[in-house]
Amino acid sequence: MTKEERLKKRHRAEKRFRFYGLTSIFVALLFVVILVQNIFSKGSSAFKKTVITTEVFFDQELLEIQNGASQEEIMEADFYDIMIENLIKTYPAKDRDEEDELLKLFSGDAEIEIKKAFLNDNNLIGKTITLDLTASDDIDQLHKGNYPRDLPEERRRISDFQLVIYDYFVENKKISKNFNNYFFNNGDSRDPELAGIGGALVGSFYSILICLLLAFPVAVLASIYLEEFAPKNKITDFIEININNLAAVPSIVYGLLALQILLATIQLPRSTPLVAGITLALMTLPRIIIPCRASLKAVPPSIREGALAVGASKFQSVFHHVVPLALPGTLSGTIIGLAQALGETAPLILIGMVAFVVDIPSSPVDPSSSLPVQVYLWSESAERGFVEKTSATIMMLLSFLIVMNFIAVYLRQKFEKRWN
Amino acid sequence: MNIVLIFLITIFSVSLFFYGKSKTKTISIKDNIKLNALPKFYGYYLVLWCSIPALVFLLVWSLFEPVIIKSIIIETAANQGAIFSDKNEANLIYEKIKAIHLGTYFGDIDSILRESALAYAKFINLFTNSKVVLIFGIIIASVIYSLKKIKNNNKARDDVEVILKGLLFVSSLIAILTTLGIIFSLLFESIKFFSVINIFDYLFGTNWSPQRAFVRDASSITAAEFEELKDAFGFIPLIAGTSFIAFIAMLVAVPIGLFSGIYMAEYASIKVRRISKPIIEILAGIPTVVYGFFAALTVGPFFRQVGENLGLTVSSESALAAGLIMGIMIIPYVSSLSDDVINSVPQSLRDGSYAVGATKSETIKQVVIPAALPGIIGSVLLAVSRAIGETMIVVMAAGLAANLTINPLESTTTITTQIVMILVGDQEFDSPKTQSAFALGLTLFIATLILNYIAQRAVKKYREKYD
Repeated sequence: MTKEERLKKRHRAEKRFRFYGLTSIFVALLFVVILVQNIFSKGSSAFKKTVITTEVFFDQELLEIQNGASQEEIMEADFYDIMIENLIKTYPAKDRDEEDELLKLFSGDAEIEIKKAFLNDNNLIGKTITLDLTASDDIDQLHKGNYPRDLPEERRRISDFQLVIYDYFVENKKISKNFNNYFFNNGDSRDPELAGIGGALVGSFYSILICLLLAFPVAVLASIYLEEFAPKNKITDFIEININNLAAVPSIVYGLLALQILLATIQLPRSTPLVAGITLALMTLPRIIIPCRASLKAVPPSIREGALAVGASKFQSVFHHVVPLALPGTLSGTIIGLAQALGETAPLILIGMVAFVVDIPSSPVDPSSSLPVQVYLWSESAERGFVEKTSATIMMLLSFLIVMNFIAVYLRQKFEKRWN
Repeated sequence: MNIVLIFLITIFSVSLFFYGKSKTKTISIKDNIKLNALPKFYGYYLVLWCSIPALVFLLVWSLFEPVIIKSIIIETAANQGAIFSDKNEANLIYEKIKAIHLGTYFGDIDSILRESALAYAKFINLFTNSKVVLIFGIIIASVIYSLKKIKNNNKARDDVEVILKGLLFVSSLIAILTTLGIIFSLLFESIKFFSVINIFDYLFGTNWSPQRAFVRDASSITAAEFEELKDAFGFIPLIAGTSFIAFIAMLVAVPIGLFSGIYMAEYASIKVRRISKPIIEILAGIPTVVYGFFAALTVGPFFRQVGENLGLTVSSESALAAGLIMGIMIIPYVSSLSDDVINSVPQSLRDGSYAVGATKSETIKQVVIPAALPGIIGSVLLAVSRAIGETMIVVMAAGLAANLTINPLESTTTITTQIVMILVGDQEFDSPKTQSAFALGLTLFIATLILNYIAQRAVKKYREKYD
């Protein structure tokens, strides 16, 4: 091999090596794109729901209440007959079987939707109004195009006759897509068309709030102690090693801790945001202490010495001068820690947040779910409609995380002083 | 009740602050003495003395009150003739008594329950009253003490700072308490577990089927049951499955992560680096449940489809899908850390290599990487410990049945999956099945601790070398 050939070979090797590096970065970026694209394409349709425009006539005889009835009377009243009577008028069905199939196209909440319309205006007896009633999950998925209609009938959840009704609805422009308020307002449900993340949102909010209230002060105080006051001795070293190790403990171990200490020993209520918040706080604590200490460390000693020189005590120099300067870094570390806590699932499953909770929690001691746990729960469900709901929940979760991280970066770039 | 108490303590503290501040001012004017601190520090001093002892007491009391009341009530119910054979039934009776007291119980109430509910009401009352009395006692005592101190013109600023420093120290101790809590809670149940199951049967058994031990009280186990349980808790298939999935993950994460790290540290322009590094780190910020969803609903079925087309049987919960997705999640851990490590290799080493005519890639391969090797190994070990502790991806995408296999297309299970499967939903607290989850947790905890320790040592040693 001549010198030139050898050199060429080496240069080829150089190019190859560079290419490997570039490819790796490209592959990693590609994964991000595929993941996000996959979630968004599946989830964006969940923000709309399919509704069937229905004429509803409030028949006095079927309803058995008067115009101007009070709230309680309406709540007590039975709207079932009114519902049936009006829904079967949407399509000229021939017999009972066909009527049953027609009724299955509407959601289980049709009665409640009609009742709500009446609650808004209690003078509707004898009148006819037009309501957009939520369609059942199957029709919803069909209308959104997530459901193939060219399968043989026995492999479809929708019968041939229901397809005929659907086509009739489409032809008469009775079917349309509205903003899906249920997705944001409702709690969990067995019916995908009625299931929402309202309960999970509130549960997550309470959990993160409790996590913030517990973890932030403790983390800041602990890092101030370790950075500013702690003497160099065995105890301090031990605390430091402990914190570093805790930050690397798998999150599920915190779930076991919560199960044994918080639930079995102290007997706090299961499945509640209170327990979730405490668990997440314990888990987040070391992850906040580490950036807090880094930002305290970044404040130059001259600041401390300046304060001491004019007669401040050690405490005053720290709390009046060092801590305010370190605050942006501290806050951004805290927000990033909270963002991690918001996406944490495994410990919450162990403390029972996987329970099926329909009601939206009104306080931190009510059973509830949380966003990531809701993702887990729905992803285990077989119904097609839950796939888009899960993806949409992930979209919500990711957007919260993006906002939190954005705030953290902004705080750091805007307010953090650079000492050079 | 507690909220009212906290509110009262706050009001007392605030008013004591102003009282202390003005009182010391008047004393100093009236007696014409020089105060040892600014007046506001006397106020702070009173506030700390008024609030901290009372709040600490309230916290400790609230932690223990329910437990104590429960044990008392269960005992009184037993004395009155309530029959319960184990802890769960006792809990059930206690919940009933509580519900009767709150008026939310609609079942049949017999005389035992009624009597117990009355006793419960009595104890609740007694406990609440004594709590209030004790708290006020504590407040009065500590306020009298601190008032006496400030009247003697103590060095209030120093005293306040000593108390605050104590608070800071206590905050930093919470980390130690958490560690102790983890060790205690894992050990406690694990010891119970190992008193039933021989630790060697656990460590070296090759069969994992904990469902055989479901709903069985560990304390009253018969010899026949014991024989049956003996080989139900073999750890080998779990550690095999965990390592296998982690291995697949590392096959994905190490090359991609390492090459990205090298490229970003050595080749990339500042602009490329500034854009690509945060985007890759997004992968680490995505919640793992999202990866799990992606693996279970998209990647798993996709692999199965591909396998079908190629004539292979691929499980839809294959180790390959779980491992691949876990690998993607871990890429940024490897790339960021190795990027940092490579960046801290001194430039003089590279310059020396260039000076003798080496190309950039030859320098990287023969000088930079060997120099950075301990740090890189450390970062890989940290990534491995992430992988074996990762839960949601494997819970959603890997199998549930313990399956000793090295075929990536089959399904295997992992330690974390089993912990979740055992503990999800209702559990019998004293069954070996539940306890086995804690033994698994302990094993996991120790394994990750060792890995992290070695990794941190390696990175630290390496840093010291070039500092």
